[in-house]
Amino acid sequence: MTTLAHRDRFGIFGGRYVPETLIPALDELDEALDAALRDPAFTAEFDDLLRNYVGRPSPLSTAPHFSTRVAAPVYLKREDLNHTGAHKINNTIGQALLARRMGKRRIIAETGAGQHGVATATICARFGLECVVYMGEEDMRRQELNVFRMRLMGAKVVPVLSGTRTLKDATTEAIRDWVTTVNSSHYIIGSVVGPAPYPRMVKEFQSVIGREARAQMLERAGRLPRTVVACVGGGSNAMGIFTGFVDDPDVELVGVEAAGEGLDSGRHSASLARGTPGVLHGAYSYLLQDAAGQVHPAHSISAGLDYPGVGPEHSNLKDSGRATYVAVSDAEALAGFQLLSRCEGIVPALETAHAIAWVDNQAGRWAADEPVLICISGRGDKDVAQVSALGVAGA
Amino acid sequence: MTPNPITRRFADLRARNRRALVCYLTAGHPDEDRSIELLRGVAAAGADIIEVGIPFSDPLADGPVIQASSQQALAQGMTFDRALALIAKAGVTVPVIIFSYLNPLLAAGPDALKRAAAAGASGVLVTDLPVGADPPREAWLGDSRLAFIRLVAPTTPSDRMAEIAHHGSGFVYLISRLGVTGARAELPPELPDTVARLRAATTLPICVGFGIARPEHAASVARVADGVVVGSALVEAAGRSVDDAIAFTSGIRHGLDATL
Ligand SMILES: Cc1ncc(COP(=O)(O)O)c(C=O)c1O
Repeated sequence: MTTLAHRDRFGIFGGRYVPETLIPALDELDEALDAALRDPAFTAEFDDLLRNYVGRPSPLSTAPHFSTRVAAPVYLKREDLNHTGAHKINNTIGQALLARRMGKRRIIAETGAGQHGVATATICARFGLECVVYMGEEDMRRQELNVFRMRLMGAKVVPVLSGTRTLKDATTEAIRDWVTTVNSSHYIIGSVVGPAPYPRMVKEFQSVIGREARAQMLERAGRLPRTVVACVGGGSNAMGIFTGFVDDPDVELVGVEAAGEGLDSGRHSASLARGTPGVLHGAYSYLLQDAAGQVHPAHSISAGLDYPGVGPEHSNLKDSGRATYVAVSDAEALAGFQLLSRCEGIVPALETAHAIAWVDNQAGRWAADEPVLICISGRGDKDVAQVSALGVAGA
Repeated sequence: MTPNPITRRFADLRARNRRALVCYLTAGHPDEDRSIELLRGVAAAGADIIEVGIPFSDPLADGPVIQASSQQALAQGMTFDRALALIAKAGVTVPVIIFSYLNPLLAAGPDALKRAAAAGASGVLVTDLPVGADPPREAWLGDSRLAFIRLVAPTTPSDRMAEIAHHGSGFVYLISRLGVTGARAELPPELPDTVARLRAATTLPICVGFGIARPEHAASVARVADGVVVGSALVEAAGRSVDDAIAFTSGIRHGLDATL
C-alpha cells in the first residue's frame, strides 16, 4: 500500500493528514518535485531567478555596534535585502516553477505577515499566473501595506473571518479552496508546515540561505559560527539556515519562538516550548492545544509568528536535541526592533526582531572569538505603521 | 463473533431492496439536550445509520454550516467523552458512527475506541486519515471492535479505490465532489461513473455524501449507490428546530424509497 516514504517522516513527526481528495495532488507534487530536482533545466532556471530577480546571493553583514554589546562577533544573513523584503520569495519561486511544470495556472496561498502573500503575488505576476491569497482579517489590519502591495500586483486577497482571523485560519481556508479546485490549482504553502511533501520541499527551496551563509562565514570569518539563530513561526527561514549547519556538530542551532505576553500568560505562539504533539494542517508536530485536542489560539505581536503549529522537522530537531528552541516576548521583540535599527541602521521585521532580542539577552554567553550568525529573515517596512501606532519607535 | 451492526443493517436493507439513509449530526449542536432529541428524532424519521460528529476547532474538510455547528458545540464545552455520554443517553437502536478529525480522537487516548464501543457506537470515520498516512494509527482503528469507514474521493485513482476499500469495513464513503461539505443544488454529472469505478473495486456497500440536500438528490443516488449521507442540509435544519430536522429527514427518506 502507498505508505509515506521515510523522508517525509521526521522521527515521529510529519505525515500527510489530509482529506482523501488531496492525496492524488500530493502524490503528483511529490513526483513533480523529484523530477524537477533531477532536471538541470529546472535548477538552472531557479538559480537564474534567484540571482537576477531576487538579487542573490544575499550579503552577509557584520554588525559592529551590536557585536560590542554582546561581546561576540555578530554576522547577519541579509534575507531582508531580497526582492520583496524577506526570505519567503526563495520558496515561492521554486513552487511557482513547479506549478508551471504541472500545468497549474491558478495559485493559492495563505499569509500572516503578508510577506509570503507578497512573494507569491510577485512571482505570479512575473509568470502570469492567477493568484488568490487568504489572509486573516486581523492580519489585514496589522499588515495593511502588504495587502496593498499584493493587490497592486494583481492578486486577489480574500479576508478570512473565521476563528482568530489570523494565519491559522487563513491556512485552513486556503486548504478548503485547494480541496475544491485541486485539479487546476497549486497551493503554495509559505513555511515548512503542512502535509508531505511540503515541509521537505519548502526546506529544499530555502536551503539556499544556509548554503550561502556557510560559505560566506568560512570566507569572511574564517570559521563556522558558534551559534546560528533564527526566528520560528512555521520555521522556514530557520530551517533554511539550519540546513547549512546541521551536519556541523560544533555549531549550535537556536530557534526563537514568540512568547507573546509571556509563556505563562496563555497568550503566546511558542508551540515547541509549550505545545504538545498533535495534528494540524496535515502534519503531526508540536501544537498549542487543550487536553481535548482543540487547537488553542496563538498570539504574537508579529503576524508571521502568530501560529499555533510549527514545522514537523523542528519538532524532531527539538526532541533529538540537535536544535534548541527559546522564546522572546512581544516587549523584548519591540526592543530588538529598535535596537537593530539604532545600532546597525537595519530595520528588521518584527518576526526577525525576536531573534535579535534573544541574542541581545544572551550578551556574555559567547567567547570573544565565537561568531554568532543571525538570519535577518525580513525587513521591517511592513511593521513601521503598527509599531509607531504603539507609540514605541520614536521614543 | 456477531457481525457489526452496520454490516447487519446493510444486509437487512439489501434483503428489503432499500437504500441506507446515513444522517450526520454534530454532537452538542445546537445544545446537548436538543442534540439528544435530534438523535432520537432522526432515527425515528427513518435514518438507518447516524454519524455523530466530534466537533473540532479547525475542521478543514467542512463548509460553513458544519464549521458553525462545531464552534457552537465547542463553545458549550462539547468533548469526545461528552459526545459518548450523549450517544449513550440517546440510546437509539440504529448504528452510530463516531465521525472525527484525528486530533481530538488522539487526545481522547489509547482506549478512546473502547469507550466509544461501550457507549454504543458501532463505527468510526476519520476525515483526515487517508489510507497509508499512518499505518500504526490506522491499525489502532482497524483492529478495534468498531467498523472503520474509509473515504474515497472523485480524484481517487481506481487502484487506490481498491486499496482503500481493502483497509476499511462497514461501507465505503464516497465523497461526491471536490470541495468541503455543504448543501448544493445539483449532483455532479460524473457521479454514476465514479460509483461504477468504485463498485468494480469493492464488494462493500457504497454510500455517497457531500452536497446531498434534496429528496431528488437522494432518489438519483439510490439508483446507483447503496446509501446517501446527508450532513450540512440536516445540520442547518437542526439549527432551526428539531422538528425541521425531523421533517427534512422524512423528506429524504421518502426520496430515497420512492424510486425503488
Ligand atoms: C520576515 C519574516 N520572518 C519570519 C517569518 C516566519 O516564518 P518562518 O518561520 O516560516 O520563517 C515570516 C512570516 O511571515 C516573515 O515574514
